[in-house]
Amino acid sequence: MSTPSGKLPNEALQQSSVNVWATVELGLNEIWAHKFRSLLTMLGIILGVSSLVAMSALVKGMEKGAKEALIAIGGLEEVRVEAQDLPIEEQNRKDQAVGITVNDVYALAANAPLVTRLSPEMRVPATISANGKTFRPFFCMGVWPVALEMNQHVIQYGRMFNEIDDEMARSVCVIGTEIRDQLWGSPEETGQDVIPLGRTIYINGLPFTIIGMFEHYESEQARKERELAQLEAQRNGGKKPTGPKRNRGWSGRDGGWVFWIKNATIYMPLNTAWMKFRAGVSRAAANNTGPGPGGATGDPRLSSLQVRIASVDLLGTALQQIRNVLMFTHQGLEDFAFRTQEDWAENINTFVHNARLSGGIIAGISLLVGGIGIMNIMLASISERVREIGIRKSIGATTIDIFVQILVESVVIALLGGLGGLVTSFLLVHLIASFSPTDNAPIITFTAMFVAFGFSALVGVLAGLFPAFKASRLNPIQALRYD
Amino acid sequence: MALVELRNVTKIYHLGGEEIRALDGVSLDIQAGEFISIIGPSGSGKSTLMHILGCLDSPTGGTIQLDGVMIQDASPRQLAAIRNRKIGFVFQFFNLLPKLNVLQNVELPMIYSGVSGKERRQRAMKALEAVDLSNRSKHRPSQLSGGQQQRVAIARALVNDPRIIFADEPTGNLDSHTGEAILALFRKLSTEGRTIVLVTHDPEIAAVTPRRIEIRDGKIADKVDERLAGLDRPLPTAPAAATV
Ligand SMILES: Nc1ncnc2c1ncn2[C@@H]1O[C@H](COP(=O)(O)OP(=O)(O)O)[C@@H](O)[C@H]1O
Ligand SMILES: [Mg+2]
Repeated sequence: MSTPSGKLPNEALQQSSVNVWATVELGLNEIWAHKFRSLLTMLGIILGVSSLVAMSALVKGMEKGAKEALIAIGGLEEVRVEAQDLPIEEQNRKDQAVGITVNDVYALAANAPLVTRLSPEMRVPATISANGKTFRPFFCMGVWPVALEMNQHVIQYGRMFNEIDDEMARSVCVIGTEIRDQLWGSPEETGQDVIPLGRTIYINGLPFTIIGMFEHYESEQARKERELAQLEAQRNGGKKPTGPKRNRGWSGRDGGWVFWIKNATIYMPLNTAWMKFRAGVSRAAANNTGPGPGGATGDPRLSSLQVRIASVDLLGTALQQIRNVLMFTHQGLEDFAFRTQEDWAENINTFVHNARLSGGIIAGISLLVGGIGIMNIMLASISERVREIGIRKSIGATTIDIFVQILVESVVIALLGGLGGLVTSFLLVHLIASFSPTDNAPIITFTAMFVAFGFSALVGVLAGLFPAFKASRLNPIQALRYD
Repeated sequence: MALVELRNVTKIYHLGGEEIRALDGVSLDIQAGEFISIIGPSGSGKSTLMHILGCLDSPTGGTIQLDGVMIQDASPRQLAAIRNRKIGFVFQFFNLLPKLNVLQNVELPMIYSGVSGKERRQRAMKALEAVDLSNRSKHRPSQLSGGQQQRVAIARALVNDPRIIFADEPTGNLDSHTGEAILALFRKLSTEGRTIVLVTHDPEIAAVTPRRIEIRDGKIADKVDERLAGLDRPLPTAPAAATV
């Protein structure tokens, strides 16, 4: 009472804020009071969040499959050196273009320290036959034993040929499972795992002895499915000798063919290929009518040379090193080119980026529509509650109190929708996975869930701002007159 | 110093270019502890005056001092705080929130003054006891009679221990018997030392209060019309309920 007139006492200014929980509870009560309406409102957010999470899970699954395939062919450290046409201005020296030769391999081994592995390849266009059947393998080539490691091959049966086999140019070979499947039948067809070790196979008519067989290569996804199918076949009594067909890798759209190529490979010692099939090797020989310089010098010409470099980070430097050495051995003729896996990695990234973008746009539109739904319902709700707002103001609610109340209500709707969306996304992903079991299994990531949920919260805030502003500006007297 | 001091307060509404002087130079003092009625015919400006006194509305001109504070220029936030702590309202249409139960309705003002949940419940129950409704705390307003609803509204007006209570036609929506009970409750509160301003168009109701102010066309009438104010009749005795 003794406060000097004209001033407001501190007490009046220090309006302590309303408990946040009380406001959230208020919002929940309001939502519960209109259960069905709230659910319909949330639907947009549920769809938006679930499609965002499911979409990202699908992309993640495909990305994983593609990366797996990339690793199966050796990863980014692997560089292929191939012969290449001379540049126009050097065409006059074409007859001196020797291509990649075994000499180059030794030169690189001695002079390019950033190269850790060298695997020369001499490709033989081949038709193979055995057991009365013929087949054209994808790869038939002469290699050094190091090719096993370079190309991530694993011998399951028998052994890889060694340096002595190479030195003696023995007629031995190592085959992939696809070769066996084509000539003797796959385990699924015959009901038994044929291991053709010691058998003779004819490569372009020349007899070779099979001394080893690779394991069967397939994506993780394909393996899981095959094992599951086997298990089921066993459970069904195992009456049928032939199980479901093994996925040959062609069906997958995410790099499954890489596994097929690996399976359809046949390796022989480099020297053997050189001695027995030299005519088929030389690119120059194919172009030139006379004997090529490679033939003249007795330096075996390679179809390509695979190298592994010390680290991906040093790719540029390593390539420069290789180039320097080869420019020297090739007398300044740049008749070779490098092929790295970077293009493929780039493609994977581009695909993932595009898929994310389009998925994000779809989910964004759903969330936008959801947000509009929330705003619409909040506007309807406040015009129903003009009187309530007037009453609250008359007993001391500030503009900010009302603003927060409406905003919290909107955010609570959106967050509930977001939670519903996360639950739905799991169902959705299961559904998609059951529709197309051959694809890579979708992977739901925590990040995607977090981002989607965050977006739903953001939508709740944005959708609530205008209704909250409108409600908070209501004149309490007009509101109380409202009948 | 009086609890409320109005000096030359005007309130002008503009309706389609026409100027309506809802209040026209009103000056008035209300002392703490007074029980006063504002009487006048419909449209005379009673509600407008009450809204300005109750910090729900701002005057077009003049000054208002409430409990030592000049409020005519206060911000909406400050006015909200004053409404919350110093003023209790009772309306003709009760104005309870239908979705909340009786106890929650009475707790509402304390939510906006940041009182903790436990204390809220205690004080709300006490206020309900004061209006004799503690046994209905879990009921919804719609489950109560009009008189009971108005008593809940009174409990809500009391719960933050305000300096002054404004009641705008508090019996206007009740039958005469229930209305009398509500008036008796106000009388009881008055004897307990509350400052109460009763706004009504009904002289019989105004007759309950020791002091009456008549308002006509937005101005305070020089002299209360004794006949209109019902002063030619003796004051009605308080009903039994009020003595509880
Ligand atoms: N918001 C408003 N806009 C225009 N005129 C108004 C408004 N509120 C009240 N009035 C006018 O002010 C005068 C006083 O109204 P009011 O205070 O409600 O009277 P009472 O409560 O005594 O019946 C009336 O003529 C009424 O029409
Ligand atoms: Mg009125």
